[in-house]
Amino acid sequence: MGFNIENHFFDQSEGKSIFYYKGNIDSELINQVLDTVEDQLIRDNEHPRVRKRVYNVLVESLQNLYHHVDMAPEDFEDQSVKFGLFSVNKVDEGYKILTGNFVRSDNVKRLEERINRINRSSHEEIKELYKFILNHQRISAKGGGGLGLVDIARKTGNKLEYTMKKYDDDFSFFCLNIFVNRKN
Amino acid sequence: MEPIIIEGTPKTPTIRFDASEGIFEIKGRSIPENSVEFYKPLVEWLDNYKEAPLDKTVVNIRLEYFNTSSSKCILDVFKKLEAIHKAKNDVEVNWFYEEDDEDMLEAGEDYESIIRVPFKMIEIND
Repeated sequence: MGFNIENHFFDQSEGKSIFYYKGNIDSELINQVLDTVEDQLIRDNEHPRVRKRVYNVLVESLQNLYHHVDMAPEDFEDQSVKFGLFSVNKVDEGYKILTGNFVRSDNVKRLEERINRINRSSHEEIKELYKFILNHQRISAKGGGGLGLVDIARKTGNKLEYTMKKYDDDFSFFCLNIFVNRKN
Repeated sequence: MEPIIIEGTPKTPTIRFDASEGIFEIKGRSIPENSVEFYKPLVEWLDNYKEAPLDKTVVNIRLEYFNTSSSKCILDVFKKLEAIHKAKNDVEVNWFYEEDDEDMLEAGEDYESIIRVPFKMIEIND
């Protein structure tokens, strides 16, 4: 079983590439990505509001990978502790941030329910959900606050588009496709 | 009490907490992977300050970016300030946001709705 992760990932990407990476997601890499993308947005004369929104969403999506990815299957070519893929692309109406990572089968349902709950909510409900989690949930052992996805949905004002494809009996491959509009 | 002064880095904010003047400032970017580690000493310092605060404490929050894990730590800072306020001391939070940065204004309003301390929203025009 299994399939080509990179092809599957690129099937979902569109636009002009600003950054692409496949491998271990560590703190140093996150710094480098943030610097590169921020410089590019400044060079492109993006409106500060768009620039900040892309930056914020990028921080959350990369740190989601950093805190939450499950280790890849044992027979997978890359055995990094925090293996993931991501790309930042420019499209006509804004920016697309695509992330990809393995999810253990027993975590699939929980993640999907989490996303579906956010996607069923109105903007006002997402705002309330954010405040509720902020005020009532402690930071987890992994270091995440449980707010990342909610924050991404709130800041972009868009639904969280994702795919979850079964990789083998123990793993699925998860892709999150985030769209930051220039207007909103 | 010794003040806390921490210079900012690309991922952590500049901190100036001065107990003798009662002016506390958090400024810059707060996007570390491990925000608890960064904020823990600040929260502990506020615990001590809380024992004998000045009549008036002014808190200036001038953040350009913060990540969601910092948002919880910043709430912990505000909760300490709320306790000082509750003990009948004057506490005022100035929440600065750059012109057009609605997201940062909304973030300030989130805290304002959770924490019972007077907030002032101040727009910065460059």
